[in-house]
Amino acid sequence: MSRLEELKTRIKEALPGLECVIGWQKGYDALHNTPLFMRSAEDVDKLEWGALNVHNPAVYLPTMAGKKVGVVVKGCDSRSVVELLQENLINRDNIVIFAAGCDGVVDLTKVKAKLAAAGTGAGVVTAVSADGKTVSVTAGGKTVAMPMAEVAADKCLRCQYPNAVLADTFVGTPAPQPTPVPSANADLDALDAMSVPDRMAFWRYHMDRCIRCYACRNACPMCVCRDHCIAQSREPHWLSQDDSVTEKLMFQVVHAMHLAGRCTECGECQRACPMDIPVLALKKHLNRTIHDLFDYQAGVDAAAIPPLLQFKTEEVNIKERSW
Amino acid sequence: MPVLTGKELRIVGFLCNWCSYGGADTAGVGRFNQPTDLRIIRVPCSGRIDPLFIAKTLINGADGVLVSGCHPRDCHYAEGNFYARRRLEVLKRFLPILGIDPGRFDYTWVSASEGQRWQKVVTAFTEQIHTLGPAPRFDAVAPELLAKVAGAISQGGNRVAA
Repeated sequence: MSRLEELKTRIKEALPGLECVIGWQKGYDALHNTPLFMRSAEDVDKLEWGALNVHNPAVYLPTMAGKKVGVVVKGCDSRSVVELLQENLINRDNIVIFAAGCDGVVDLTKVKAKLAAAGTGAGVVTAVSADGKTVSVTAGGKTVAMPMAEVAADKCLRCQYPNAVLADTFVGTPAPQPTPVPSANADLDALDAMSVPDRMAFWRYHMDRCIRCYACRNACPMCVCRDHCIAQSREPHWLSQDDSVTEKLMFQVVHAMHLAGRCTECGECQRACPMDIPVLALKKHLNRTIHDLFDYQAGVDAAAIPPLLQFKTEEVNIKERSW
Repeated sequence: MPVLTGKELRIVGFLCNWCSYGGADTAGVGRFNQPTDLRIIRVPCSGRIDPLFIAKTLINGADGVLVSGCHPRDCHYAEGNFYARRRLEVLKRFLPILGIDPGRFDYTWVSASEGQRWQKVVTAFTEQIHTLGPAPRFDAVAPELLAKVAGAISQGGNRVAA
C-alpha cells in the first residue's frame, strides 16, 4: 500500500473520534495543493501526499484549541507541532498526529521560474507528476521535466528531519536523510559576506517592495497572537500605517524577535510572501545565534523549555563586556 | 542655540529603577563629569525591556542605545536581569544582520552605589558612539549601494514570471 493509501485508511479509522483532520488536497490547478479539513470519509479521499504539499498544517492548530483534531504532517511540520506543545499553546491530549516519510516539497517560485525559462507560464498548468527525482509539469501543452534537486524548497535541501519527530501514527517506510546541499543557505551566506552598511542597503532594497499584506505572519505556525498582533494594535502603537521602508522592516524585526528561540525554520513566511522577500534569512540568522549561545534547536523535544523562557545564573556562552 | 548643537549625538539609555537609575543619580549627586549625549528612560526592571524597544530606537535613527540593570544575582525582582541578559545578548548578535553596527548597542550592570562606574560606562559608551559617528539612516541609503546589493541573491519565480 502506498503512503497515501495507508494514510487514508488510518485517518478514516480515527475520524469518528475527531472534530476534523487537517491535510492537503488538490487546489484550483494541478500545480497548487491547498489545505484540506477532513470531516467525513469522502473528504479523506481527497487527501494528497507528495511534493506539492507545501503548506504547514500546524498553523491551524492553535485556532482549534479545545477541539480534538488530527493533523497530517511532514517532518518539518511536526517540529512546529512540537514547538506549540513546548509552549503549551496546544494540548497533547487534543491532537492526533498522522505522519509519513517526506521526500521533499517543491518551491513554487522555482517551478514558476523554470516554466518561464521554458517559454510557458504557471497560469496554464494542466498536469503535474512527480517521482522522487523529477517533477514533470505540463503547462500550455508543453511538458517541462525538472530535477527535484533544482526545484525543491530550500528547507528540503538542508532537511534534518524528513520523518516526523513526533507522531501517533507513522505510516510507510521512513524517508532517508537527505545530504545537505551547500546552496541551501545561499541567502545567509550572501548576507554574511556583506559589510554591515551593505546589509542595511540589502534590506532597504528588498523591503521596498513589501506590500504589508502580513502573509508571512498569517502563514507562520508560531504567530499565535492573531488579532492581538502588536503590528496592528493602536495601544501600544508599535507600527504606524505609514507606507515607509522603515515601518516595513520594523515589522520583520518584530516577527523575527518574537520567533527567537521558537522558529523551526519551516519557511512558511518566505513561501507565503507574494513579493519573494527573503525574510527567512533573518530567522535563520537568529536560529544560528540561539544555537551558538544556548546549544538549542526549537521543536525537537516536546519537554524542552525554550531558551528565552529560562536562564542560568552563570551563562556559559555569554561573555559580558568589562568596562 | 545650545553650544553643543551638531556635536552631540542621540544616545538613549534604558535604566532599571532600582540599581542603574540610582547609580546615575549617585553620579549626579557626586557631581561626576559625564558626557551629555545620553537621554535616560527609566523602566521598572531590565527584564521589562523588550528587545524591540532597542530595535525600534535604532531603526528610527538613534545613534546608540545603552541598557543598564542591576548586577546578576542582585535584581530587585530576583531574576528579571537573568532573562534580560539572554534577550539582550540575542539582540546584540541580531543587529549586524539588519545592517546596524553592533557597537551602537551595549548592555551592562551598574548598582545604585556605583556612581563612579556609571560615569565610566557613560563616558566609554559615548566615546564609542562618537567614534562610529552619526548612525546611517535606513530610509536614506545611497542609490549606488542599493544597485550594488540588488543581485546579491537570486530572485524568486514570482518576480520572474511577473
